[in-house]
Amino acid sequence: MLLIRCPYCEEERPELEFRNAGEAHIARSANMAGESDDDFEKFFFIRSNPKGIIYERWRHIHGCARFFNAVRDTVTDKFVMTYKAGEPKPSKLPGAVK
Amino acid sequence: MSGAFRIPRAGRLSQAKTARFSFDGQSYTGIEGDTLASALLANGVHLVGRSFKYHRPRGFLSAGAEEPNALVQVERDAARKAPNIRATVQELYDGLVAQSQNRWPSLAFDIGAVNDIASPLFSAGFYYKTFMWPKAAWKSLYEPKIRAAAGLGVSPDKPDPDHYSSRYAHCDVLVLGGGAAGITAALAAAETGARVILADEQADFGGSLRFETGAKIDGQDGYGWAQAAIAKLKGMDNVRVLSRTTAFGYYAQNFVGLVERVSDHLQSPGHDLPRERLWQVRAKRVVLATGSIERHMVFADNDRPGIMLASAARIYLNHYGVAVGKNVGVYTANDSAYAAAIDLKKAGVNIAAIVDLRDHPTGPVIDEARALGIEVNFGRAVIRAGGKLRVTSMTVQPKNGGGERTIPVDAILMSAGWTPSVHLFSQSRGKVAFNDETKRFVPGIYAQDCISVGACNGTDGLSASIDEAYAAGAKAAKDAGAKTAKGTKPKVDASESWSRGMLGAAPGAGPDKTVKAFVDFQNDVAAKDIRQAVHEGMRSIEHVKRFTTNGMATDQGKTSNMHGLAIAAETLGKPIPEVGLTTFRAPYTPVTFGAIVSHARGPLFDPTRKTAIHPWAEAQGAVFEDVGQWKRAWYFPKAGEDMHKAVDRECVAVRTNAGLFDASTLGKIEVVGPDAAKFMELLYTNPWEKLEPGRCRYGIMLREDGFIYDDGVVGRLAPDRFHVTTTTGGAPRVMNHMEDYLQTEFPHLNVWLTSITEQWAVIAVQGPKSRDIIAPLVEGIDMSDEALPHMSVREGKICGVPTRLFRMSFTGERGFEVNVPADYGQTVWEALWAEGQKHGATAYGTEAMHVLRAEKGYIIVGQDTDGTVTPNDAGLDWAVGKKKTDFVGIRGLTRPDLVAKGRKQLVGLKTKDPKVVLEEGAQIVADPKQAIPMKMIGHVTSSYWSQNCGRSIALALVAGGRDRMGETLYVPMPNGVIEVEVTGMVFFDETGGRLND
Ligand SMILES: [Zn+2]
Repeated sequence: MLLIRCPYCEEERPELEFRNAGEAHIARSANMAGESDDDFEKFFFIRSNPKGIIYERWRHIHGCARFFNAVRDTVTDKFVMTYKAGEPKPSKLPGAVK
Repeated sequence: MSGAFRIPRAGRLSQAKTARFSFDGQSYTGIEGDTLASALLANGVHLVGRSFKYHRPRGFLSAGAEEPNALVQVERDAARKAPNIRATVQELYDGLVAQSQNRWPSLAFDIGAVNDIASPLFSAGFYYKTFMWPKAAWKSLYEPKIRAAAGLGVSPDKPDPDHYSSRYAHCDVLVLGGGAAGITAALAAAETGARVILADEQADFGGSLRFETGAKIDGQDGYGWAQAAIAKLKGMDNVRVLSRTTAFGYYAQNFVGLVERVSDHLQSPGHDLPRERLWQVRAKRVVLATGSIERHMVFADNDRPGIMLASAARIYLNHYGVAVGKNVGVYTANDSAYAAAIDLKKAGVNIAAIVDLRDHPTGPVIDEARALGIEVNFGRAVIRAGGKLRVTSMTVQPKNGGGERTIPVDAILMSAGWTPSVHLFSQSRGKVAFNDETKRFVPGIYAQDCISVGACNGTDGLSASIDEAYAAGAKAAKDAGAKTAKGTKPKVDASESWSRGMLGAAPGAGPDKTVKAFVDFQNDVAAKDIRQAVHEGMRSIEHVKRFTTNGMATDQGKTSNMHGLAIAAETLGKPIPEVGLTTFRAPYTPVTFGAIVSHARGPLFDPTRKTAIHPWAEAQGAVFEDVGQWKRAWYFPKAGEDMHKAVDRECVAVRTNAGLFDASTLGKIEVVGPDAAKFMELLYTNPWEKLEPGRCRYGIMLREDGFIYDDGVVGRLAPDRFHVTTTTGGAPRVMNHMEDYLQTEFPHLNVWLTSITEQWAVIAVQGPKSRDIIAPLVEGIDMSDEALPHMSVREGKICGVPTRLFRMSFTGERGFEVNVPADYGQTVWEALWAEGQKHGATAYGTEAMHVLRAEKGYIIVGQDTDGTVTPNDAGLDWAVGKKKTDFVGIRGLTRPDLVAKGRKQLVGLKTKDPKVVLEEGAQIVADPKQAIPMKMIGHVTSSYWSQNCGRSIALALVAGGRDRMGETLYVPMPNGVIEVEVTGMVFFDETGGRLND
């Protein structure tokens, strides 16, 4: 079972307290009704599914209930870092974390 | 006397404490502290099982968890029958009853042994090749036969009466393995004050110190030192010592699963004790001290009962005081088997001969063996074993060929060397590295915060192991944040020497293709099978393993993996690391379902939710149905009524007088804040800004793709406060959906969301007399139609407690939903019930509720919709705000497929024969005479007998449904085709006048 650091609780808690909420940094258009078919397809259906670093949303559902963002390595499952919802995608990742 | 093979003054058990037990109906006497294996051996019993495939007679190979052969059934009573128990692990208790497995009619005479004679048929890959065709025969014919013939033990056929428990634990240093290295590491870590857990799978700590008579530490014999150290550790507040506890799985971030066998060794455990306890440990650092496992020699008929690992014979002698034979042969390729011969010889057992494959070995054990007068042969091989139910001889030959000599024996001790136990290290995702000099896989690259010490790290010798373990234990504690150790390292005064041995097939293993020189005893894989796999084209060890099943039995190849790998590598002509080692997976040894499930079974498997009114319904004899976790009153049968009669009566009563319905399970969410209306605009398709406080609206929630996600009536209590209801099953996901958007997409909105499902009990009072029933109990609310019209909400009091009183209807009748604080739910219900009795009211359950709403064409999300239905499909386009510029799902609704013609639309269906009730889920076709497979144009979503309509009614999703009004369609069923007419969705009171009657 993984340990996940909730950026709001500022604590590492067991995976059981969290729920994955899909890929992060997929912005909902401010002009949703005016989106083209292609743009809507990208927004709603297309996900990156990388081997390696992925940016995800998680929710501390059995804790503070906040949604936040996480960087995770899909090969090792390890969380590289977590940060609050609304914060920009980190440009630099910390080195291998223990 | 506890067995003819018990040696007086040998071993550590007290001869006085005897225990009776039975095996295959025969009674024996053992000693407390015995395992079933040692007790049977003490009585001269070696034959304990039949092998899986060939049904060959088998005895004990080992004295521990690696045992592949001695699997037995242990039976406490009719419900407690545990199959596949390793006799080498099962501790003896007075009255233990065990049976052998995989034999019929008896262990000594087994019909299935014909497989051994017919074994050319059963070569590697046999099942894959033979039973491939015809495909259908696999399920119906081959698999059941194979399973019946190959069964390992019999599953209990009654529910498990035992209970199991589980605990979470945290520590600084978790030490796995309680031999010399593990104990030392635990001591070093514990002395710093760090929180330490030390676990070992055996009942007794000490590991190989249990048989290594040559070890001396801190002035004591090795085993005595181990016991003293354990006593010291047990006395420390910061240390938890767990015996009989197997670490079976090493998971992410030092999360380790262990099973403690709490009471399997007790004669009568009593109900207070769990059978097993699951420990889920999160450790800052893990020290792996899992030791090593001895390998057998691979030669012809090396599986005959009486042939076992040399170290096992030493444990049986030095710990249990049992001689495994009277005339023992030894076949070895390393030094450690000599020590076994020496110990047995000193105990008075004749050693027929030591056969050593090595040409010129030297060393103190060899000198000592010779000095004791034991015959020692170098450069020779045991090319076959004689005997069937018990080994009777070993045939020896110079290893490069020459004259044979057959030596009578009643046991053969084998040692091909030792394999480091890297299972847990490998499970931790560490990468093993091959040491070419020692021919061992040892921990290479670590993936987690753990360290391996002692034999499992490939470290040879007691001194080196203790040095390494002490340093590692102290460092682990320090890395976990503890202070520097202030203790002293154990001092090794004497130890035994170890040497390296060999891998793969010994000369006695063939090249002959009929020789059965076993590599994997449990799955009956011989050296020839691995060679055959390579000849048939398998190149990777993963393929060889699957083709031959080598290492895939319940023992996970603890004794066989390295031999199998070496034989494959030799046949391929490649170095071992190029062929690769398979990855080890959890569990290390089999784990019971009970330990994993623990208390989460029966009523504790899933929470049961009951409403405040549940006790009343129960007292009235309601029949309940499960709706998610909720128990809901389904119908209230009166004496002599079946379900249909009860539901018909309830439905008629509601429309005639009134009905009371417990709607408490409805999901309820309070949406509060200055931007509450803006938020509602975004989350629901409907407009909300202009909804006046005190009024209600039916809301539809979509996902971004435009499909209906949930629905419910929403009341606006104040400009900044909405009381939102959701479907019973949808409450948690709707709350999650709302929170998601509020937190991440619309965080600028000043809104709070609160789940209030459990805070409010909801009593629906529906029917022409509903107002008459409620009005006398209400204070502070004008109940007139002018003041409280349909779809409005007021706050006031009922029966003296606060209420949110909704005027709304899910029946099509004049109706109310009385929300009261849950604590008062039953009291208010009873008051309304008493009032209702004056007006002929009835209580109705969920079935009548379903019928009544279907009579009105009100949909149920999840029944009439399935995640691919838009508001338009459901005939609810009116609920989508056409002037709105944004809401979740607005763009999805305009996707090409969602506006295309011919979509499935919700319509009503009337059977031509009004008495025929359609089956929900039944498929609909336009032409019943077309060829099969027919083109299906829709399906029935809801279908009931409606007593109020005097006929059956149904809702269905039909392609282009609204353009088919009056059309005849067909529902083909097994007993014939049912004709139906497409109609509107409202079957009763089409004008809706009764809402205000
Ligand atoms: Zn949190």
